Amino acid sequence: MPDEVLDCRGQRCPLPVIAAARRMPEVPVGTVVRVLADDPAAAVDIPAWCRMRGQEFVAAITGPDGPAYDIRRAH
Amino acid sequence: MSASPVYLDAATAAPMHPVARQALLAALDDGWADPGKLYTQARRARQLLDAAREAVAQTLGVRADELSFTPSGTTAAHGAVLGGLAGRRRVGSTLVHSAIEHSAVLHAAERHVAAGGDAHPVPVDRLGRLDLTAWSDAVRGPGVALAALITASHEVGTVQPVAEAAAACADAGVPLYVDAAQSVGRVPLPAGWSVLTASAHKWGGPPGVGLLAVRKGTRWESPWPADEREGGRTPGSVNLPAVVAAAASLRAAAADAAAEETRLAPLVDRIRARVAAEVPDVEVVGDPVLRLPHLVTFSCLYVDGEALLHALDRRGFAVSSGSSCTSSTLRPSHVLEAMGVLSHGNVRVSLHRETTEADVERFLAELPGIVAGLRAEAGVVGL
Ligand SMILES: Cc1ncc(COP(=O)(O)O)c(C=O)c1O
Repeated sequence: MPDEVLDCRGQRCPLPVIAAARRMPEVPVGTVVRVLADDPAAAVDIPAWCRMRGQEFVAAITGPDGPAYDIRRAH
Repeated sequence: MSASPVYLDAATAAPMHPVARQALLAALDDGWADPGKLYTQARRARQLLDAAREAVAQTLGVRADELSFTPSGTTAAHGAVLGGLAGRRRVGSTLVHSAIEHSAVLHAAERHVAAGGDAHPVPVDRLGRLDLTAWSDAVRGPGVALAALITASHEVGTVQPVAEAAAACADAGVPLYVDAAQSVGRVPLPAGWSVLTASAHKWGGPPGVGLLAVRKGTRWESPWPADEREGGRTPGSVNLPAVVAAAASLRAAAADAAAEETRLAPLVDRIRARVAAEVPDVEVVGDPVLRLPHLVTFSCLYVDGEALLHALDRRGFAVSSGSSCTSSTLRPSHVLEAMGVLSHGNVRVSLHRETTEADVERFLAELPGIVAGLRAEAGVVGL
């Protein structure tokens, strides 16, 4: 389970990625943040952001709140 | 707006070659009649059409009777896919294709699937290069009627391993269709294909002319209502003046292709290196070496692709983008998606025979400031 949820539904890319980039440095290392994002570009761009920033992309899931992406703060 | 225009979207449509313009104007006077009729004007039109076909066939290395002129690269691709499937429907109904085909091929595949057929996309790696193992396994599968592979990606420029893919198809007895729209008139064509398509406005010909070449012995059957013109492969009267212009400009482009490659490839190298070095948080995508000579794509983190296109346009730069906000479907480019690379803030730059070093230098000088300005406006600096 994620430690916290960032609701970016209704936002178009790159806004969900920006929201994640703002939040991740504020949480303790090891924290898993779930980004809810229904913009189809998020499926590509959130994993790509994790790769570029050296953060851990845990998984893409589709739950009751629609598509979601779990990121663990790695450093 | 004082910025002089710099057109950098040749992969969509190259500026018309002067030879195309001349040929078009001459053919408007001389080539308006129906080449199928039995009077003097028609015979003149027939001569022009035959000469155009002969010239293009020679450049492609095919026989004239293997070549048809279509109303666009898109209709050529539709015909290639649907006709290749129809010709082998007794063998099976599976289409194998790379995940990075042009939308024309993918839309034909969707039509095939909607009619009860199967489509099997084959993945690419992070550089946009076909997974050959997956491809070989896929074409060896049961009931494969046709395989489709783009010669080089129109979005990221990565050249595909067509020779190896063709060998796998030959082993499996599956005909290979190649979409050569970004290669014809620029780089030598690969061997081993049975069906090929191209599009004249990519090489400096007029818009609205496509090529469809079907090798003798290929089991291909027209998917369109019957029409005897163009070898029965594509219906309707051809736009003869445009076809004449397409043929003349292809000959000119092919003659200059090696020199243009030598001139443009280093400019693309320069863009790749300078964008990566001078724009922070940018991902330059596609294969740095096995690539088209004239095309480069990169994505700028946290930047809205549409805003970037508009900002570049205000400074006179015409480029294209694979970002979702720039597409009518609001989906990111399926090519960037298949590669797993950043899709927002995406820019495709493609050069042509009129592109100068000074154009590229001005683009490189202005881009970092434009991106920085958009990031400052969005409040994402330092993220
Ligand atoms: C690879 C590729 N195939 C097909 C096409 C379609 O060609 P046209 O614009 O002539 O319909 C294009 C151009 O968009 C292309 O780049």
